[in-house]
Amino acid sequence: MTTTTTAGPAAARRRRRGDVQGSGRLAATLLSPTFIVLALVVGYPVISAFRESLYQRGQGLDAQGFVVQGDKFVGLRNYTDIFTGPNSDAFWNAFWNTTFFTVVTVVLETVLGVAMALVMHRAFRGRGLVRASILVPWAIPTVVSGLLWRWVFQADGVANAIIGKQVLWTTEGFHAKLAVIIADTWKTAPFVGLLVLAGLQVIPREVHEAARVDGAGAWHSFWRITLPMVKPVLLVAVLFRLLDVLRMFDLPAVLIGLHKDSVETLTMIAYDEATNLRYGPAAAYATILFVYVAVVAYTFVKLLGADIIGDMRQTRASRPARPKRKPLAAAREVAA
Amino acid sequence: MASISTIARGVVAVVATVTLAAACGSGSKTKSTPTSQALTGRGPITLAQGKDTSGNVQHQIDVWNKAHPQETVRLIELPESADQQRQQMVQNAQTKSDAYTVLNLDVVWTAEFAANRWVTALPKNQFDLSKFLPAAVQTGEYRDNLYAAPWKTDAGLLYYRKDLLEKAGISAPPKTWSELQTDCGKIKGVGCYAGEFDKYEGLTCNFSEAVDSAGGEVVDESGKPNVNTPQAKQGLDFLVQGFKSGMIPKEAITYEEEDARRAFEKGDLVFLRQWPYQWALSSKAPKVKGKFDVAPLPGLNGPGSPTLGGHNLAISSFAKNKATALDFIKYMTSQDTERANLLASSEAPTLASLYDEPALQKKFPYLPTLKASLLNAKPRPKAVRYNDVTTAIQEAVYAALTGKSTTDQALAGLQSKLGPLTQQ
Repeated sequence: MTTTTTAGPAAARRRRRGDVQGSGRLAATLLSPTFIVLALVVGYPVISAFRESLYQRGQGLDAQGFVVQGDKFVGLRNYTDIFTGPNSDAFWNAFWNTTFFTVVTVVLETVLGVAMALVMHRAFRGRGLVRASILVPWAIPTVVSGLLWRWVFQADGVANAIIGKQVLWTTEGFHAKLAVIIADTWKTAPFVGLLVLAGLQVIPREVHEAARVDGAGAWHSFWRITLPMVKPVLLVAVLFRLLDVLRMFDLPAVLIGLHKDSVETLTMIAYDEATNLRYGPAAAYATILFVYVAVVAYTFVKLLGADIIGDMRQTRASRPARPKRKPLAAAREVAA
Repeated sequence: MASISTIARGVVAVVATVTLAAACGSGSKTKSTPTSQALTGRGPITLAQGKDTSGNVQHQIDVWNKAHPQETVRLIELPESADQQRQQMVQNAQTKSDAYTVLNLDVVWTAEFAANRWVTALPKNQFDLSKFLPAAVQTGEYRDNLYAAPWKTDAGLLYYRKDLLEKAGISAPPKTWSELQTDCGKIKGVGCYAGEFDKYEGLTCNFSEAVDSAGGEVVDESGKPNVNTPQAKQGLDFLVQGFKSGMIPKEAITYEEEDARRAFEKGDLVFLRQWPYQWALSSKAPKVKGKFDVAPLPGLNGPGSPTLGGHNLAISSFAKNKATALDFIKYMTSQDTERANLLASSEAPTLASLYDEPALQKKFPYLPTLKASLLNAKPRPKAVRYNDVTTAIQEAVYAALTGKSTTDQALAGLQSKLGPLTQQ
């Protein structure tokens, strides 16, 4: 694509005529390093993790007390154990926690993020300062913010001082979930805000002016103009947040602690299994999470039509293309 | 990183055998001698351990390197968190890498590392084990073979406020739980007793020490779990009732070592179960300095049995130059080195005689109390799958402490859970 645009119209015409056979192969050749790298850093780990999930490592001891070495092929047993074995409670609990965190934090972050973006978009004195300070939480590494919030939520911490009664936030219970949600929202709402702000800034001012002339109120023009026009960007931000929060690990682990059932997520179980040298089950948990994330992302894209690779569609639209193409398929076609 | 470093400190602790016999130095009843590979090869080696916080390990290595220019030691610092140290050592073993020669093992890891053949058995006859604290030696043993030489040790102590006790007319710190409860009744206006009760390794320490102090044991001599007993119930009840009656303040359920220390130094507690490291820090805390002392932990009918912590030195099975490694371990666990390490880092030594040296006692007034505690100390359950064991313990005890289950339910559940985990 880049070559076409940079090489000038004459070159482009020439290239397009030869498109029939030449440039497809050239594109494939030029892109092959990317595919090789992708295969190495994405394809290989996924396949190897799946392979690992079909094995179990020896845990038994021999007469002298030594661990019997060697991996054993167990087929899908690691998976069936997860769903129906003695630890299935832990899995369903973590699955529920993960889903709960995902729904609640993404909704909160979207609402707050949009609000933040609207504030940041306004022209007022000190706007630069507000923008910068709203982004501070996002710039702090998650583990550090986990520790900060741990101090806020400790028995004699700020949170209890503000609400005026003693809640032991880091103990098991709904309050632990709440603490994680508050900390996560604090940290990542600015991310949504930043992306939405970028979307707001490309909305031409005339549209709003025209709406005002036609007598639209603030709410009306937000609902009918701002939101639809910012929707593509907003959906991408929400999708990113979904993918991110589904694999949440460090915040609950640092803020509340490992092995606390109220906040245990799927990644925490996978981590725990791996720490205890049960790589097979750990890989199985990770694979299940991977599939879950993929399904959620796919459904989201399907249902809401999030346009991940927006410019691709625009390029296609400029030609008389079939209208209802999935953006990802379009991308693939362009790549080929 | 505070919480992680506290965990590291908490994981101070233990493994251990339950076969007591002070004569464990003899090693004559070794049932199965693991192919004791000769420790051969001389040349440069490495020492893998957590952060060298005092800088003294590097200093001691420098002294060694000067004397052994052909067999130099290089210090490899691993992350501060104990879990991550273990993870890196496990990875090193699984790739059969020779990068780490001498491993600084937490006392609870010995069984796992030995059973997986990640560390080589050490020749018992080349160490004078009778000079070491017996409990510390046990933490380095697995199935009667020595896999790790005792290097640093640790045991819980009862920190108490001298001034508050005096004001209430109490002449001596409590020796039993009932004395502790009576004393708590006399001192009003502050939280009375606390330990480390958050759901982490510290809870396992506090629980096994309560059970041991009531005359029970979490895992018996043959390695079978034994928590469904009246003694274990009395131990756990001491903690559960403590929370119920308010003797232990509610927020103690969130305490790790540093939280407990802060509460003590703020003057919120009369008694605190804590590791020796707090002595030096609290001696500088404005509100409590000069006003506190330590005593052995109380128990059901007399002094309690604290949980043992500490670190031992082992040799990786996949390393080169094991003869040098053995010499280096002997150097690190020698009297002079351990004394110097105590002075520089205030980490408790494993050689019994050091606790009696007047010069050291003058600098560390808690040494005699610590020695008495260490002689009574019990290791945490020794298990190849220690991580699973400690998780199961934390799960059950935490549920009991927070009132989610009764003591009986918790212990019965724990008993059945530990069964398959401790099969050896």
